[in-house]
Amino acid sequence: MIEIEAVSCSIRGASILSDVSLSLGAGGVTALVGPNGAGKSTLLSMMARLRRPDRGTITVAGHDVAATRPRVLARHLAVMPQDAALPGRLTVAELVGFGRFPHHRGRPGPADRVAVEEAITAFGLVGFEGRFLETLSGGQRQLARAAMAFAQGTPVVLLDEPLNNLDIVHARQLMARLRLMADEAGRTVVVVLHDINHAGAWADRIVAMRGGRIVAAAPTDEVMDEAVLERVYGVPVRIASADGERIALHFR
Amino acid sequence: MTMAMERLGAPSPRPRSGGAPVVVLCGCLVLLSAAGVLAGVGGVPDRGLLLTSRLPRVLAAILTGAGLAVAGLIMQSLARNRFVEPMMAGTGQAAGLGILLATIAAPGASIMLKGLAGALAAFAGTAAFLFLVRRLPPSEPFLVPLLGIVYGGVLAAVATAIAWNADLMQFLETWFSGEMSGILAGRYELLWANAALLAASVFIADRLTILSLGRDAAEGLGVSFAAMLAAGLGLVCVIAAVTVVTVGIIPFVGLVVPAMASRLIGDNVRTVMPVVALGGAVLVLASDTLGRFIRFPYEVPVGTVLGVVGAFVFLAIILTRRG
Amino acid sequence: MTVGLRGNLAFALQLRMEQLAALVTVSVAVALATVVFQTVTANRILTPSLIGLDSLYILIQTGFVFILGGVGVATFGPVAKFAAEALLLSALSLALFLPLMRARTDLTLLLLAGAVLGILFRSLASLLARLIDPNSFAIVQALRVADFNTVDAALVWPCLGLTAGAAVLIWRLRHVLDILALGPDAAVGLGVDWRRTSALLLVLVGLLTAVATALVGPLVLFGLIVTAIAGPLGGERHAWRLPIASAVAVLLLVAGQTVLARILGYTLPVGVVIEFGGGLVFIALLLRRRR
Repeated sequence: MIEIEAVSCSIRGASILSDVSLSLGAGGVTALVGPNGAGKSTLLSMMARLRRPDRGTITVAGHDVAATRPRVLARHLAVMPQDAALPGRLTVAELVGFGRFPHHRGRPGPADRVAVEEAITAFGLVGFEGRFLETLSGGQRQLARAAMAFAQGTPVVLLDEPLNNLDIVHARQLMARLRLMADEAGRTVVVVLHDINHAGAWADRIVAMRGGRIVAAAPTDEVMDEAVLERVYGVPVRIASADGERIALHFR
Repeated sequence: MTMAMERLGAPSPRPRSGGAPVVVLCGCLVLLSAAGVLAGVGGVPDRGLLLTSRLPRVLAAILTGAGLAVAGLIMQSLARNRFVEPMMAGTGQAAGLGILLATIAAPGASIMLKGLAGALAAFAGTAAFLFLVRRLPPSEPFLVPLLGIVYGGVLAAVATAIAWNADLMQFLETWFSGEMSGILAGRYELLWANAALLAASVFIADRLTILSLGRDAAEGLGVSFAAMLAAGLGLVCVIAAVTVVTVGIIPFVGLVVPAMASRLIGDNVRTVMPVVALGGAVLVLASDTLGRFIRFPYEVPVGTVLGVVGAFVFLAIILTRRG
Repeated sequence: MTVGLRGNLAFALQLRMEQLAALVTVSVAVALATVVFQTVTANRILTPSLIGLDSLYILIQTGFVFILGGVGVATFGPVAKFAAEALLLSALSLALFLPLMRARTDLTLLLLAGAVLGILFRSLASLLARLIDPNSFAIVQALRVADFNTVDAALVWPCLGLTAGAAVLIWRLRHVLDILALGPDAAVGLGVDWRRTSALLLVLVGLLTAVATALVGPLVLFGLIVTAIAGPLGGERHAWRLPIASAVAVLLLVAGQTVLARILGYTLPVGVVIEFGGGLVFIALLLRRRR
């Protein structure tokens, strides 16, 4: 579904990504993890054509992201950028409704209304449709932004650190919705995560990066491994098992 | 999360429809128009006075107000800041500078040509302003209008120096302070361009809201940030230039009207735009009418009236802001 | 200042002396007012003019004419009129700005509110001017642009005296100013009565602003240019900051006025040049704040 070939990029002489290649199949939740400055957000924004690589190509659902017209690509790929300041006096329904813009270009039809309703239901926002964004908590607002990306109805959904500033309840809620997005709606979800344990708990695959290179790209169980994580983070990490789940102990 | 788009006042938690405000504003507009047409120097007008002076003046106020308010709304989406508007961010001043230079280069040029020169200068001046805005920290929204006021002052100083040297100060005054006493049939028709531009801005309303979600979100929805920026800038600059060349700079309309409309209705550009246009028309027409009668039979320029009224309202808006 | 002298030498010399005295007085007044104001508010971007003080002075001037009428004001005599206006400005600046400063408002909000207040005062002044004399384009125009060619001779020497007095007072407070620059909390911690001292200093700032505005008109951004240049030269100690800022202001204004009036043969009001240069300095300061 997503093919990344020999992508490099540098900003003002500092190399951010060097020769990254990666192939992600359709479906499932893929987590991009790594320490600060590993290049995970940069890689994601390149998949989302928000940033151009210096070298290399990226194709999403068969479309070269650099060469495809933005409005065509917007029907194959949705992105939720890192938290942006939003106008406070848009309603949840209006915000999610703008996710349908690539399809209706300003004239929403019945299909668009159905999609918006589905997205609002899927992200647990029923009852909040008419509320202004400024009256929501940070967690609810993130859910609304994710619902907007879902409503875009694209096979691929990319999310850049959606758990930023969320408490444990909302973080868990959001990850559960992403899981459902992949399982029930068959979307290919790629999400940049800060906390390795969220990735371990919810993702099918983990792509671990460090210093602009991919250190590991494998099913979750293989990456949730003491040796692999030590290579990723550069500090010793122990893995504990509880109820069959692997948890990285990285606090001390 | 820091919100660069500031919250205003104590607004309703849920949106209201634009229906009621539209009806109220239309009523105000009708009453004010009737007053503006029927009363004034010369008493109740005969047909000649009506068609050459009274009616053009009322129409000019409506077109100017609607244009300026919508231009402010567009500019706020482009700059992603609630506190900017073209007449207080260098757009109007750059337009005045362009018109001045055109007047010096070709003294006999038509008002159309001068307006065009003004629009081109406004485009360059506003693009430069938006470039500077992007270098300000988004967490400090008040810096943007402050930068705009000072930037406009710098452009105005350049224009003053040039006009002083060319002995065109009286002309400069007509462009830099909004006044409608000179509006007569045959000398305001360029303002109808505002009506056309308003119609055009309805078409990009949704894209403007998307732009206010941020550059990445807009690109993600297939809306080209650069193309929208150019289109929005074009609309703002032509409205500004047309207004400056016919009426002169009128401050605050583009600031206070969208702010009030946002409190009342919300931030969806499409739903708020009719209220903004009507509100701007009512505000400018009311201010001009006030200016005509406060020292009857003499006149106080509409730009001066709005300098006072607008500054009061704007101060109230920024000082009573929540959070 | 003897470039281009012609005709009756004695008269010309006297005129030049008065102009020079006015220039020096205005320069020092603006420099001191700006340095003190920046110290009291503990920042380097605010100036008295930027929060609308000089516009307020012009509003007071116009208000006097509006209430008393042109003839009524004339019976006062220029010096008594100036004294009344300057006192009123000091009182109003205390009433308006001390609460804003005490509330520890967000600096950028204070800056913006000040700029809008300035616009409000100026618009009110020109509204009043229109109401006084509907056809007077000249009054409104003269109020808006600073110009040394229209200095009121009767005010020069009283203003010089007032500025000198204020300068002495500020000089004696130079060590207290060093402490105030650390911010209200630190100042109180070090035993300075912040409320009383800042109120006194604000009165002085009001008087000095009245002096500069009465003599030449609103010099909105001149103080900013001065402190931007003098700041790096003077360091943090007010024993240096105050004299260096004053010297920079005098040099800038005298040199600028000479170049403008005598060499370019240009009658452009100096206020226009200041608006331009000061605007650029201000924009540069705003953009640099980010780092």
